[in-house]
Amino acid sequence: MKATAKPTPPATESLQIHRQVVLPWGKSIAIAFNSIRVRFFRSLITTMSLVLAVSFLSFVSVNTNVANGLLSTGDPALRQALIRSGYDLQPEDTRADSSPKQRWIVILSLLVCVVGIVNAQLMAVTERFREIGTMKCLGALDRFVLRLFLLEASMQGLVGAGLGALAGALFALLSNAARFGTQAVTTPVPGDILLSVAIATGVGCLLSVLGVLYPAFVAARMQPVEAMRAEH
Amino acid sequence: MASVKNIVRVANVTKTFQLGKIDVQALKGVDLEIAAGQYVSIMGPSGSGKSTLFNMIGGLDKPSTGKVFIDEVDISQLDAYELAWLRCRKIGYIFQTFNIIQVMTALENVTLPMTFAGVRNETAVEKGMELLQLVGLADRFQHKPFELSGGQQQRVAIARALANDPAIILADEPTGNLDLSTGEEIITLLKNLSKERGVTIISATHDIKMLNVSDQVVWIRDGRIDKIESREELTISVGRIDARAEA
Ligand SMILES: Nc1ncnc2c1ncn2[C@@H]1O[C@H](COP(=O)(O)OP(=O)(O)O)[C@@H](O)[C@H]1O
Ligand SMILES: [Mg+2]
Repeated sequence: MKATAKPTPPATESLQIHRQVVLPWGKSIAIAFNSIRVRFFRSLITTMSLVLAVSFLSFVSVNTNVANGLLSTGDPALRQALIRSGYDLQPEDTRADSSPKQRWIVILSLLVCVVGIVNAQLMAVTERFREIGTMKCLGALDRFVLRLFLLEASMQGLVGAGLGALAGALFALLSNAARFGTQAVTTPVPGDILLSVAIATGVGCLLSVLGVLYPAFVAARMQPVEAMRAEH
Repeated sequence: MASVKNIVRVANVTKTFQLGKIDVQALKGVDLEIAAGQYVSIMGPSGSGKSTLFNMIGGLDKPSTGKVFIDEVDISQLDAYELAWLRCRKIGYIFQTFNIIQVMTALENVTLPMTFAGVRNETAVEKGMELLQLVGLADRFQHKPFELSGGQQQRVAIARALANDPAIILADEPTGNLDLSTGEEIITLLKNLSKERGVTIISATHDIKMLNVSDQVVWIRDGRIDKIESREELTISVGRIDARAEA
């Protein structure tokens, strides 16, 4: 009964076009990219805290990579220099590690960053209520809206966290080179540094998506009238 | 059953909004039948419930009681997917505030509903250009909304509403934010669409200029239908229209 009672398109149309509502991935990415580009300043603000937190994470782990590189030379003078600069090295230790305090600060900064992202994204979503409502009037499903926001967040996350991680690594190498000389740059295993940068970027992407989840859900579930009535 | 097909049927619809502890009844039992291909104006003073009725018919909001049928399908029975399909393919919306997506160009705005409908990109662009041509904006296809005047934005909105060849165009005060002559151009455009394409046009308005082009006028007051007049009745009583609309 229900199946036959559904509205049916004119016969000629249904041949050309399937009865469905879709948003292809290519198109989603194009829309999300365009959205970031047009609102570049807004996106920059949203991503800023992420860039800072990720660069700090990357800085700390590359620092550890450098310390291990220096330790692996077996040079007692370098070992003394490391201890003087704050590394808690016991005589039997062959590897350096970031201090618990440092790790704690990194975690805190990442937490603050997520709160910052949620806040900025909630604001950004509120500004776009009318746009979301309009899209829904044009036939967008909840999950199109969700997908667009998640895509935007991943793109922002990838670029922002990538840049932040590189900047953090670079700064760590430079500051260590200034303190311990060129050996700080030549002794660490390049693979380790790359891994640190990759992990920091990955964590940043994850946080960016995590931060947009709640605002995006709110936006996606809105009824078109509510969304369009909202003042901004 | 009547010989003409009712594309829209509103059956005893009420709508109550809760404002804190106060209930505001915006619609107090509306019955309405609209035949396919008609140009129907819903006339009434501000606050009479036109937009509320517009949202009910368009499946943008749910009635508190009563039912809305589109093509004799009760739209409260549709799932999210079917409702999206209805909004995408069956109905084109035009708003007082244009509601053009600000970050997209005129052409992108017009092709978006076609993308949702699964139309291939080249086909969508081609048809989008045709529609922009139809509304007289072919040379502005790359413009962003803020580079367009109100009347031009409303033309883009009309082109967008036509994107998937909907059976119904719903317009909520389409001339409300436009000056007199621009408003007239928009009305003429809508009238031509209804004539040439057989689209059913339902327009909420308090713009008296709409009366001349309407096949049917539904007068609404305080959430109730006051009176439904056909074209013939209108021309007879045309002298009294202005007086009534001002009241
Ligand atoms: N979301 C809402 N919440 C509370 N009251 C509303 C809401 N929408 C409309 N109303 C009330 O319903 C009545 C009809 O409003 P509306 O349909 O917008 O009238 P019109 O479009 O004819 O000007 C008005 O009294 C208005 O205040
Ligand atoms: Mg209104």
